[in-house]
Amino acid sequence: MNNRIKSLFAQNQKGLLSVYFTAGFPNLDDTETIILELEKNGVDLIEVGMPFSDPLADGPTIQASSTVALQNGMTIPKLFEQLHDIRQKTQIPLVLMGYLNPVMQYGVERFCQKASEIGIDGIILPDMPLQVYIDEFKELFEKYNLSKVFLITPQTPEARIREIDSHTNGFIYMVSSASTTGKTIGLAEQSQAYFQRVAGMQLQNPGVIGFGIHDKETFSAACNHASGAIIGSAFVKALQQEGSLEQNISTFIQSIKN
Amino acid sequence: MSYHVNEKGFYGKFGGAYVPEMLYPNVEELRQNYLRIMQEPDFQEELQLLLKDYVGRPTPLYFAPRLSEKYKTKVYLKREDLNHTGAHKINNTIGQVLLAKRLGKKRIIAETGAGQHGVATATVCALMGLECIVYMGEVDIERQAPNVARMKMLGAKVVPATSGSKTLKDATNEAIRDWINNPENTYYIIGSVVGPHPYPDMVARFQAVISEEMRAQLLEKEGTELPNYVVACVGGGSNAAGAFYHFLDEPEVKLVAVEAAGKGIDSGESAATSILGRDGIIHGSRTLLMQTEDGQVTEPYSISAGLDYPGVGPLHAHLFESKRARFENATDEEALQAVLELTRLEGIIPALETAHALAVLKRLGAKPNETVIVNLSGRGDKDLSTYLKHFHFDEQ
Repeated sequence: MNNRIKSLFAQNQKGLLSVYFTAGFPNLDDTETIILELEKNGVDLIEVGMPFSDPLADGPTIQASSTVALQNGMTIPKLFEQLHDIRQKTQIPLVLMGYLNPVMQYGVERFCQKASEIGIDGIILPDMPLQVYIDEFKELFEKYNLSKVFLITPQTPEARIREIDSHTNGFIYMVSSASTTGKTIGLAEQSQAYFQRVAGMQLQNPGVIGFGIHDKETFSAACNHASGAIIGSAFVKALQQEGSLEQNISTFIQSIKN
Repeated sequence: MSYHVNEKGFYGKFGGAYVPEMLYPNVEELRQNYLRIMQEPDFQEELQLLLKDYVGRPTPLYFAPRLSEKYKTKVYLKREDLNHTGAHKINNTIGQVLLAKRLGKKRIIAETGAGQHGVATATVCALMGLECIVYMGEVDIERQAPNVARMKMLGAKVVPATSGSKTLKDATNEAIRDWINNPENTYYIIGSVVGPHPYPDMVARFQAVISEEMRAQLLEKEGTELPNYVVACVGGGSNAAGAFYHFLDEPEVKLVAVEAAGKGIDSGESAATSILGRDGIIHGSRTLLMQTEDGQVTEPYSISAGLDYPGVGPLHAHLFESKRARFENATDEEALQAVLELTRLEGIIPALETAHALAVLKRLGAKPNETVIVNLSGRGDKDLSTYLKHFHFDEQ
């Protein structure tokens, strides 16, 4: 079976732009509009955030967007309903990102099956441990042709990076520095060393850098060291500007790309 | 049936370490080292000396004559309220701070609900000369003001948690985020038997001194190491874990865990996790969790800040599911009545958390010749303003 994430990285080795947004924010029914506008503006991959009440790895911006999304009524069944016909409109690679508990309550197999039916390509669940994935869920994700994307950080030992690389098949999410999402201090010098160390490991999966990427400068810097970079909090902030959703998306993405 | 953690970090199906990769190295470092360090002779020597001369252990096992008369059974109180800083929490913070030092950490963070763990952490940080940051829900900062003042006096920085219900759950979220942002120099002293493995096991081991002493003291007083009942309140469950620990494999000892019913189990304002919770994941651990059908964590409620938590330690989830422990609950009102009763019968003002355990004496079912140990986990100074207001003593 074809997986859009694999095709994307097979065709493009450099400069890929991935964007995260929280489903249900700013409004409950913005999901499809945001996806289609991102594609129209030349984004390569989209991470659709499933909001959680206690997002431990996230900073204030995504915490706040998650709270609003939940207040708006976003749930996993609602998101699946919104994405039901998305593949008739776009072939951009789509990744669902969230925390394990809501997925566990929905049922992990039911979740994988439904995601696969819709045409989702990958899943990121930062708090699903690698060992639990290998022991309990890997077969399931493979059965439904879903890439399970894992995070690595500057503190992740080489042996564990290699282990993660051997159990995944989409891309590796390289967290730029020790932090929650949304810090805008830029990329530290230690980060450069870490990027180079990972690049030198010749992993089978491409790396994409995320956390702290918020403008053209940080995006370009990250792209020098990996196949692409992920923007999350900065995009969620951009959606809160005055003006139409379409205009805000276009303005922000063009500011990164041009 | 084993009630102890297995080599993968689970109690039955509960426990584990469901942490984002950013925390993996820290948690793994702790997992690989905690047992080794805890067993080192010089660690034990330093710990035991501090427990004795600084904390004031062993704490007395007090036979409560008037309480016994009232409930027609032999009631003993394990006086954890007499520990330095006024609660059992320091048993754990002393142990963890010694561990943090051996791991070379310079900066200590903690979460706190009632403020007892925050005070106990600030205290050992002052003792060791370490930087201390305590996360505390904004609501709890209001209702436990004396403990906030103590933490500041001890030199700790108290950071308000302003998300969610602004209580213990949210303070824990903020502490975990701090740890993610400061992985190398920072040690996170978790205050209860919650969080990713190895925390639940490590904290239980540091609190196990409570039941170790109970056995020796009861032998002296009753000629047997085994009581018929051990009763303790449960929020996250650290005092209960310590009180139960050395009785887990003694099936004739009935273990009674008392949760906070708040305004009543069916009121929508409760923190009785075993009844209202379902299998889920919170703060890095698989356990029973109060949540919506969609898996969003719900906001608990209890008058007692220390029990106001939507989860429970994985050990307790396992004790509940395996029926090894009996789970009871007490409402705000029952707890307050129990406070006044202990105060007037025995001259001991207990903490609101502790009072939940005392409140179930009336429905325990203990016979006259049976022995009951209630773990008197903390003293009530921090709750005086609540008590004065509730009983209208402030108007007299």
